[in-house]
Amino acid sequence: MIIAWVVILLTLGSVLFYVLSPWHLTPLASHWGAMDSTIHITALVTGAVFVAVNLFLAWVILRYRHRADRRAAFDPENKRLEGWLTLVTSLGIAALLAPGLWVWGSFVSVPEEAHEVEVVGQQWRWSFRLPGEDGELGRVDTRLIDEANPFGLTEDPAGLDDRLVMEPRLLLPLGQPVKMLLRSKDVLHNFQVANFRAKMDLVPGQVSYFWLTPTELGEYEVVCAELCGIAHFAMRARVEVVEPEVFEAWLAELPTQADWLARADPDPAAGQGHYASCAACHGTSGEGNAAIQAPPLAGMEPWYLSRQLELFRRGARGTHPEDSPGQQMRPFALQLTDGVAIADLAAHIASLEPIEVSPAAQGDPRRGARLYRTCANCHGERGEGIPATQGPRLATLPDWYLIRQLEHFREGVRGRHAADPYGNQMVDMAQMLVNRRAVEDVVAHITTLGTAQEE
Amino acid sequence: MAESRGPAVAEEMELVHPKTFLGKYIWSQDAKVIAIQYGLTATAIGLVALALSILIRLQLGFPGSFSLIDPSSYLQYVTMHGMIMVVYLLTAFLLGAFGNYLIPLMIGARDMAFPFLNMLSYWFYLASVLILVASFFVPGGPTGGGWTLYPPQVISPGTPGVGGGILLMLVSLIVFIAGFTMGGLNYVVTVLQARTRGMTLMRLPLTVWGIFMATVMALLAFPALLVAVLMLLCDMLLGTSFFMPEMLNLGEQAGHEGGSPLLYQHLFWFFGHPEVYIVALPAFGIVSDVLACHARKNIFGYRMMVWALILIGVLSFVVWAHHMFVSGMNPYFGFLFATTTLIIAVPTAIKVYNWVLTLWRGNIRLTVPMLFAIGFLFTFVNGGLSGLFLGNVTVDVPLSDTYFVVGHFHMVMAVAPVLVIYAGLYHWYPKVSGRMFHQGMAKWHFWLTFLGTYVVYFPMHFMGFAGVPRRYYAYGETAFIPDSVITLNMVITLAAIVVAAAQLLFLFNMAWSLRHGKPAGANPWGATTLEWQTPHTPPRHGNFGDELPVVYRWAYDYSVPGAAEDFLPQNQPPEAVRSADDAAAKGPDGGREAP
Repeated sequence: MIIAWVVILLTLGSVLFYVLSPWHLTPLASHWGAMDSTIHITALVTGAVFVAVNLFLAWVILRYRHRADRRAAFDPENKRLEGWLTLVTSLGIAALLAPGLWVWGSFVSVPEEAHEVEVVGQQWRWSFRLPGEDGELGRVDTRLIDEANPFGLTEDPAGLDDRLVMEPRLLLPLGQPVKMLLRSKDVLHNFQVANFRAKMDLVPGQVSYFWLTPTELGEYEVVCAELCGIAHFAMRARVEVVEPEVFEAWLAELPTQADWLARADPDPAAGQGHYASCAACHGTSGEGNAAIQAPPLAGMEPWYLSRQLELFRRGARGTHPEDSPGQQMRPFALQLTDGVAIADLAAHIASLEPIEVSPAAQGDPRRGARLYRTCANCHGERGEGIPATQGPRLATLPDWYLIRQLEHFREGVRGRHAADPYGNQMVDMAQMLVNRRAVEDVVAHITTLGTAQEE
Repeated sequence: MAESRGPAVAEEMELVHPKTFLGKYIWSQDAKVIAIQYGLTATAIGLVALALSILIRLQLGFPGSFSLIDPSSYLQYVTMHGMIMVVYLLTAFLLGAFGNYLIPLMIGARDMAFPFLNMLSYWFYLASVLILVASFFVPGGPTGGGWTLYPPQVISPGTPGVGGGILLMLVSLIVFIAGFTMGGLNYVVTVLQARTRGMTLMRLPLTVWGIFMATVMALLAFPALLVAVLMLLCDMLLGTSFFMPEMLNLGEQAGHEGGSPLLYQHLFWFFGHPEVYIVALPAFGIVSDVLACHARKNIFGYRMMVWALILIGVLSFVVWAHHMFVSGMNPYFGFLFATTTLIIAVPTAIKVYNWVLTLWRGNIRLTVPMLFAIGFLFTFVNGGLSGLFLGNVTVDVPLSDTYFVVGHFHMVMAVAPVLVIYAGLYHWYPKVSGRMFHQGMAKWHFWLTFLGTYVVYFPMHFMGFAGVPRRYYAYGETAFIPDSVITLNMVITLAAIVVAAAQLLFLFNMAWSLRHGKPAGANPWGATTLEWQTPHTPPRHGNFGDELPVVYRWAYDYSVPGAAEDFLPQNQPPEAVRSADDAAAKGPDGGREAP
């Protein structure tokens, strides 16, 4: 008895939930409105069947519930009824399939005039490559990829004018069809922009693709939709749909492969000159000064230092009201005039002899070791840093600095700025440290890494 | 058609009758004892998977609250939960426990065709479970590569458990498949060769048909998984490149060349999709018998039901790539696989219609098994219909890898079969134990499970519409995910905890009723099939006493006009119901004809 009414309530409740639910398709930003239509058709047809079958079921339960004075009917088969039901079902299925295949027909036919954008995935970040003047992407070979050649470009001359986007931020021109060519350096990934609807896996060893025409100006979040390891959930990027002129201007600003190959080696001697103003706080040999919260710098990786100095300069770090040491740092970073100065300075600092840190006063390194399992994926088992994952070395940093930075990440004081994608990633990862104690534990473990290595 | 069939092989079968406790209950060759061993082992490992699901839900509902759950362990929980539930619980329970208990009894055999092999099959299964559990205790823990174990990621750095964890997972699967092959061949031979006199194929209860078809499918599907697992092991241990292309490991050249990650996915889903039906078909069979018995009505369209089972079984081998619509395979495959996938909906829909039409004009007793069967119908209709979204390639693209998928497959292949497992357990508990379960506890168990799971999984489809990706440890600040999703996740988590608690109530009921339940008698539901006609309850070793039953009719002679009672057991000779014969002459010719 109750079950029949529950079935009725659940059926009608589900329909009502569908209508009233605050969770809908994200606002559409591409020409794939037809995909939404197929979703709506499917919802309509399946919804009707859902209601019909379940209400009939409920009615049957009510009407034919057990009575001692009655017997069930004996009707083993009813070929007519079964025939009709099969026919109607087949027609319903065909009605769903036909529009689906129709739209798929356009999914597999990329327009001739579509321009190409290459999406490159790796654990756990995105980069992009766009063709230069020749409209053609240069050939690549995964076996050539290293720090000097992050895209694995071959000697193919068509590649020299390719525009490289090392940051996880892509611009697309409004109203122009684009073919997204997808490639992975390591494991499977999936380039999903919910608002675009279309998406596809990135598979190492091959190039996959999909196409779309952006139809709405705006900024959209890219997420990875194929499990790619521990930082899968933090593998984000942004796509901005802009007016074609804005896109062209952005494209022209991007470094080409030729620029990248021709970049000058940094000059540590010039960097030493710039370091003079740093030395007041960070010490002449980069040993740091805990009393004024200046961390040691000696031996820091140049790529990490350059990025942080850029962030300070751009106001993506050191601008949060609760980050007072960061605010103190920012004016000094602004003194550096350009990228060359930053690179030179970073090269000088990298040449300084790293100092040894002493084990943390608080925290349980054994509990910390378990937590550090996750950190190790980007920062290395021994805290040595892994350039490919953009995870800097931790083993030479003192406990007070690590604790403060982790607390800042946890609270979003550091790393939340839109222009700081790896900071964002670190904010997401730091959520695993659920309280102050967890922070101290993991830091206690990290501060043992440098010394243990030498034993 | 098969009336000339001689006495079944089982009649001359020599059974080993051990005297010691160990021989009877541990190293037993009695299919019924082996069934219970399978059931208890699957339940034990299932409880582990249930606990893991609660840990997953705690993280999603209350992110940043539990120090135990970091991104690494989260992925490990997700992976192990999925693998255990699909392979080590559902497959093992439906085929190992129900198959072993019911096949010999329902077809009128004394035991399986090869009792020793049957025993060996269980011990292989137990070994595979123990190896799997061991992976929780190796350094680095179990694998966190997702239950699909996709390379390159599952054996590459950046994934939890790339050392011992994944190794033990793969070894465990190999042992499981070896054990299953022994059991599966046994089921097939038994159904084909050991049926008692008069038990034609078209008189088999649908439970046996479902388990039989599922077993045939599993025997054809598991080898694909075995091959994939062996190649993966080679890639991992010997440095071969079956699935590994030229690629990097966290920035360093990995040294592989020429392998294809997509090849693995094709092999995996060639197994993985039939696996859905390996779980579903036994459930389809069991629920058919429960519905007919408790509605006191013959199953509607028996022959159509059998042919639908066979058709689903065959079609399920040509739909696998619908799991790969966005995998980067040649997109032209989409046309073919969307079409085959939607075609499979037709026989599936026919089954649903026939179940509802079985209830129609019935005399429905709302017993606990019937409640679970109705719960299954509602859940399965929901899960089946959401499959029409994902099977249709265009609709799948925006929804794949989102929570819509999680909602769909839990409805259709987790909740639906589990509700049937409960329907079956409550239905046959009186036969297995000789006692009736506690009604009150059983009803609580039903309501909490049925309503609770709906609260858990129905809203997930809407998170999928909103684009929320799956297998995410936390959502942080994602532009398109509203805060209300976090609130919703909290509600889902609370419902999941209630559902989990209800399962403990079920276990308590089963244990409590063993001692305190009322004696049930031989055939408390008034069922027609042979397992209810045994001389002893619970049935003894050899099942049917001195003489095997002879079958005179199909399994669904409920409420036959003119018969004294509202059911006629399959072994009731026609002279005993002479008056009923005329009235029933219109029955299906393969069904009720006398020998």
